[in-house]
Amino acid sequence: MSRPSPLHLAVALDGAGWHPAAWREPLAQPADLLTPGYWAGLAAEAERGLLDFVTIEDSLGLQSSRRLEPDRRTDQVRGRLDAALIAARIAPLTSRIGLIPAVTATHTEPFHVSKAIATLDYVSGGRAGLRVQVSARPDEAALFGRRTMPRICVTGRDDPAVRRLAAGLFGEAADYVEVVRRLWDSWEDDAEIRDRATGRFIDRRKLHYIDFVGEHFSVKGPSITPRPPQGQPVVAALAHGTEACRLVARSADVGFVTPRDAGQARDIVAEVRREQAAAGRAGETVHLVADLVVFLADDAAAAVARRARLDDLAGYPYTADAAVFAGTPAQLADLLQDWQASGLAGFRLRPAAIPGDLVHITTGLVPELQRRGAFRHQYQASTLRGLLGLPRPVNRYAA
Amino acid sequence: MPRTPKQIHLAAHFPGVNNTTVWSDPQSGSHIEFSSFAHLAQTAERAKFDFLFLAEGLRLREQGGEIYDLDVVGRPDTFTVLAALAAVTDRLGLAGTINSTFNEPYEVARQFASLDHLSGGRAAWNVVTSWDAFTGENFRRGGYLPQDQRYERARTFLAAAGQLFDSWDGTEVVADRAAGQFLRDPGAGTFAHHDAQFSIGGRFSVPRSPQGRPVIFQAGDSDEGREFAAASADAIFSRHSQLRDGQAFYTDVKRRLARYGRRPDQLLILPAATFVLAGTDAEAQELAREVRFQQVSGQTAIKFAEQLWNRDLSGLDPDGPLPDFDPEPGENTIARGRASVRMYRDPVAIARQWRDKAEAGKLSLRELIIEVTGRQSFVGSPATVAATINEFVQADASDGFILVPHITPGGLDEFAGTVVPLLQERGVFRTEYTGRTLREHLGLAPLAGRPAAARAAS
Repeated sequence: MSRPSPLHLAVALDGAGWHPAAWREPLAQPADLLTPGYWAGLAAEAERGLLDFVTIEDSLGLQSSRRLEPDRRTDQVRGRLDAALIAARIAPLTSRIGLIPAVTATHTEPFHVSKAIATLDYVSGGRAGLRVQVSARPDEAALFGRRTMPRICVTGRDDPAVRRLAAGLFGEAADYVEVVRRLWDSWEDDAEIRDRATGRFIDRRKLHYIDFVGEHFSVKGPSITPRPPQGQPVVAALAHGTEACRLVARSADVGFVTPRDAGQARDIVAEVRREQAAAGRAGETVHLVADLVVFLADDAAAAVARRARLDDLAGYPYTADAAVFAGTPAQLADLLQDWQASGLAGFRLRPAAIPGDLVHITTGLVPELQRRGAFRHQYQASTLRGLLGLPRPVNRYAA
Repeated sequence: MPRTPKQIHLAAHFPGVNNTTVWSDPQSGSHIEFSSFAHLAQTAERAKFDFLFLAEGLRLREQGGEIYDLDVVGRPDTFTVLAALAAVTDRLGLAGTINSTFNEPYEVARQFASLDHLSGGRAAWNVVTSWDAFTGENFRRGGYLPQDQRYERARTFLAAAGQLFDSWDGTEVVADRAAGQFLRDPGAGTFAHHDAQFSIGGRFSVPRSPQGRPVIFQAGDSDEGREFAAASADAIFSRHSQLRDGQAFYTDVKRRLARYGRRPDQLLILPAATFVLAGTDAEAQELAREVRFQQVSGQTAIKFAEQLWNRDLSGLDPDGPLPDFDPEPGENTIARGRASVRMYRDPVAIARQWRDKAEAGKLSLRELIIEVTGRQSFVGSPATVAATINEFVQADASDGFILVPHITPGGLDEFAGTVVPLLQERGVFRTEYTGRTLREHLGLAPLAGRPAAARAAS
């Protein structure tokens, strides 16, 4: 029997966990969600579990239970810190785990974000990534006051207005990633020469204008920050729907996908691979990583009961865009290995409650996968690209 | 009765992308690697400094149509470095320069409020303005801002950010598990700001941070800049490090505070200052001379002359005399992305002054440039430098200094090890931190709204 191919495993960190009542769990630390110690603790736990990376969720506007507008709820976690700054704050306290904060392309500057993630790569010694997302929320647009978003109905995916909006936002996000990536390459690796004989600090022939001209922005370059340690930090995006799949296929190294079962996983993988070929990237590695919300316990009934208890506290049954799993770490390991056969590179687990489900991942699921020969016993690379088996890319501007 | 001596405030400026920074020295390390930032920050914290300061520039400088390559080029992102430094320091204030032209108030407020949380109340924001289309080429807005609107935008930017910081008062998060109540107020964070520059509204996503808002620095020197600082800043990062010059600036700015109902101690004046130390004053003078020649090479001297004369002078001999003709009139086009060229408000008059000075002192172009740009603020033995710094502060030339080492990252080590203990012996500089937040280090009163400690106890 052949050994299973190793899984890539990540956790998605968001406040007290993904269930809206997670903050009421006995182990939760709802008063500490804005403290550095809270995030340092979660990152350390994830690194103890040898995970590939953590993602840090973010949104420009206040959290809401509604997709496209704010709510006035007082019974759920509200308030959060900038994800890229959380990542920077925990970078010096960790040494191997990848750090992928979410960034909203729609209202921010690609120039600022490019240097921020390049710098995250420096402060982490090559462990930075960027998860790019878009915002269709009219209330988020109003926080910036530079553009307005049409009010759309979320259920109307086939509505031409919705499709137009999605195409516009994801098209802009693709331009955004293109600018961010060009800026990362805008300094060649050996541009700093410190040549005392000629008095030159840099060889300016090795710095490049990126001259990007697009519908939403034009960016001249070069970056103010030299090429980061990984050359190109890892770019990730959530692939929901056609437009988002296309963004992953065109621009990303890692795509988060949300199949409900192994069959759907196979279909989604096939769709992204088709888009990848259409974008001329068939030869490049794009890892597809499935998202799963997890409620874990040492026996399955306890996990199911915990989910029900949290639903009771929330006042409604929790559902998600991704599949929701409740069971034991061994059952989860079975599921992951079953789905992996559909062409997935790994999984991004969204702990329903933090720290409970995070600790079950690191101390239950990980040892189980290790016993099955499906997960690393120690870190074997010091960069995120290295952990993901991605080579350090050649600079597009190097002669 | 002699008055109690003023307490001195000290800060460390990470060496900049200009010719003050000597990259050719064998001791010069990386300007990009985090270890350099951590070294300077930890040195400053061991010496009980108030804060570390980062400058910013959003486009690489050019001269004569090419990227300027004689100085250090390149720097990391300000917010990211400061957030990472919060992990390797415990008390040191973390001050960053962030431009109000090529950013939006909501995002900057979110980043500073986050930094303040992530550092336990140690964030500071040096608000700068800019209007040049050259820098704008890297941003969505482009260079749309007329020069005369830059302070209007800065003022309203800061006012909008202030509203965002104050949109939470610190009492909203109750996180009562049993009652199922996370927020006390369903509308927490609600804000609206409408003026000619910004029309924004909604709910701010970051609950009130430990300091309420970052400490606000202002760096402009024009009349408008001084007025802006008097109205809304907690500290000024000034260029006036000489005694009389500093006293004049100090008096002028502090006098403006009353107009805004503020007391003189609500705005600190902190000039940037360079220094050279050695065992004796004579050795320090000799070393300072060497450093100045490292800072101003012949090539650099020509580049400085080009910036004033606004034309190509590459054929000039730096060891010869200054050009005997006047600068090109009109807008400075030779140097781009360099704030200093804007300070040459009357290039013809300045060129005449330079020529007169060179003739009087029999100075070559290079020696003249050293004379007009390269003088270190404090040169001497540790005892001399400590005495001079103290004298300046007690004579109200400043409230302290932002020290700019010329070597990265070890350029502050000697100052921290030799001058600081002498200031501590004189009783004019802290021997231990007495507060946790930067506001406390700077002696600024807490802002209205409940302080973090009261919140934690409730």
